[in-house]
Amino acid sequence: MGKLAIETRGLKKSFGKTHAVAGVDLAVSAGGVYGVLGPNGAGKTTMIRMLATLLRPDAGEAQVLGYDVVRDAHSVRSRVSLTGQFASVDEDLTGVENLLLLARLLGYSRPRARRRAADLLDAFGLADAADRQVKKYSGGMRRRIDIAASLVVPPELIFLDEPTTGLDPRSRNQVWEIVRGLVAEGTTVLLTTQYLDEADQLADRIAVIDHGKVIAEGSSGQLKASVGAGSLHVRLRGPEQRAEAERVLAAALDVPIELSADPVALSAGISDPERVARSLAELSRSGIDVTEFALGQPSLDEVFLALTGHAAEKTPEEDAA
Amino acid sequence: MNATSAEQASAPVTEDALRSVLLAGERPSRPGPVLTSLTFGWRALLKIKHVPEQLVDVTMFPIMFTLMFTYLFGGALAGSTQEYLQFLLPGILVQANVMITMNTGITLNTDIQKGVFDRFRSLPVWRPSPLVGALLGDLVRYSIGSAIVITLGLVLGFRPVGGAVGVVLSVELLLVFSFCLSWLWTMLSLILRTPNSVAGVSMMLMFPLTFVSNIFVDPKTMPGWLQAVVEVNPITHLATVVRGLMHGSVPAGEIGWVLVSSVLLVAVFGPITMVLYRNKK
Ligand SMILES: Nc1ncnc2c1ncn2[C@@H]1O[C@H](COP(=O)(O)OP(=O)(O)O)[C@@H](O)[C@H]1O
Ligand SMILES: [Mg+2]
Repeated sequence: MGKLAIETRGLKKSFGKTHAVAGVDLAVSAGGVYGVLGPNGAGKTTMIRMLATLLRPDAGEAQVLGYDVVRDAHSVRSRVSLTGQFASVDEDLTGVENLLLLARLLGYSRPRARRRAADLLDAFGLADAADRQVKKYSGGMRRRIDIAASLVVPPELIFLDEPTTGLDPRSRNQVWEIVRGLVAEGTTVLLTTQYLDEADQLADRIAVIDHGKVIAEGSSGQLKASVGAGSLHVRLRGPEQRAEAERVLAAALDVPIELSADPVALSAGISDPERVARSLAELSRSGIDVTEFALGQPSLDEVFLALTGHAAEKTPEEDAA
Repeated sequence: MNATSAEQASAPVTEDALRSVLLAGERPSRPGPVLTSLTFGWRALLKIKHVPEQLVDVTMFPIMFTLMFTYLFGGALAGSTQEYLQFLLPGILVQANVMITMNTGITLNTDIQKGVFDRFRSLPVWRPSPLVGALLGDLVRYSIGSAIVITLGLVLGFRPVGGAVGVVLSVELLLVFSFCLSWLWTMLSLILRTPNSVAGVSMMLMFPLTFVSNIFVDPKTMPGWLQAVVEVNPITHLATVVRGLMHGSVPAGEIGWVLVSSVLLVAVFGPITMVLYRNKK
């Protein structure tokens, strides 16, 4: 493990009675993608805003690239970039104007700023939309200009706050490609997401947060392992036997059984593999027609359920926080 | 390499292009506060260009006020509309500019609600520059408003004895004062939650500030206690100066008053604004 890009100890921030971030300890090593996974309202944005020096922590400490976010805010600001969750460029301006504005603010001369803006627009496939107001961009284009705007001066560390929330699958893939490209060039990426598969796919390490606290941390494999042996997936020949199958499995496994949207499927987290074999025997003794009986690694969805006792509340797009 | 070109079509961000922009060469050196403020001023002008509707207050207020007061009250207050216009027009110019400054707070409040201000605040630039830049951009709005009032006045029969020099000087002083007064609104816009509440509170301050002054009438007819209030209102001094300059006198003492109150406005509301801005949630 290399040197730490981010280190926090007991980081806290409250808004009135809401403990948005309630004591977070993080250690993010340099290079790679660190995923912060949590449902809407978990405190992801608040945490990122503290790390990007926009919010002063109520308590605790945070070092970003070795600089204290409060005492050395300026040093942090000149080394990191933030792509916020919402409208992180000026929607009234055109794409090229936004990039020119930032390039000038960051110290590029007028001609260099122009070249830089053109290069970025090219690299992000936005050259044709350069002179269009950003409010007329599609969701995917918006996200790309948002990220391009964070790379006007290439940062050592980039914060991406829910970069793919509300995007269609294709645009989402493009953002993923960008993230992978950034990492390949040595940039450290801290991204937040509500999507479990996104963290699973992109992140080297994941912190799961809920109600302002880190409830689990590790690689996606470690997280899965920490939850239990895995999960059992059962499929039946017909839906009419599902209620009976649920009763039999619950008795045999002694864990709650989940009924998925698919009317012939059931699943359950497994704590004791011994019981699994017994449950199969119980099912056949009860005359239930099983077409599939599979033991798998738990998905991150199940991880979340196991860790928090409630499912991740996925509310893309319409979320207000 | 057909496969590659098909891939590029579906993924506009290619690894090579991304690599080249990430290897951007040397970091530029950090620009100073003047340059960053002017750059934010440029942003304000771009916004005027893209959303010209926002100039409606700069054009409609002044025209409405000039016409209404001249023709509604002119006869009653000064015997004739022509005579009243000579007295009123410099006052209306002050009123119009002071009214236009209110918009600063409303715009800023709207702006800050958006994520783009987070980006600005996370840049390694002189911290007040987004605000100073916005206020610099507003100078263009004040100039447009002033030009409209003066042109309309000239058309209606306003004849400034002070000539072009007097007019230009008084407009410049107005710009200085308006820039300084704007910090009151930036402060409000950081305290209040919505643009609507900013507008409401601004109006509540604006009406007494402009009406309890010598803009519309000579305070001689007012009760003594009210005259005392009028006398300490900085708007009164500003109107006296603008009136004086336009009509050919140079009220040096009054100019001093205006400059002192301008400095005080920035000295008080500027730092409060910046503290609020820094601690903005
Ligand atoms: N500026 C604010 N004022 C008051 N409450 C806030 C503010 N920002 C966030 N919160 C509250 O803090 C909690 C965490 O919010 P946030 O960090 O935005 O979560 P996430 O980004 O994970 O959705 C939520 O309950 C939210 O309502
Ligand atoms: Mg958020």
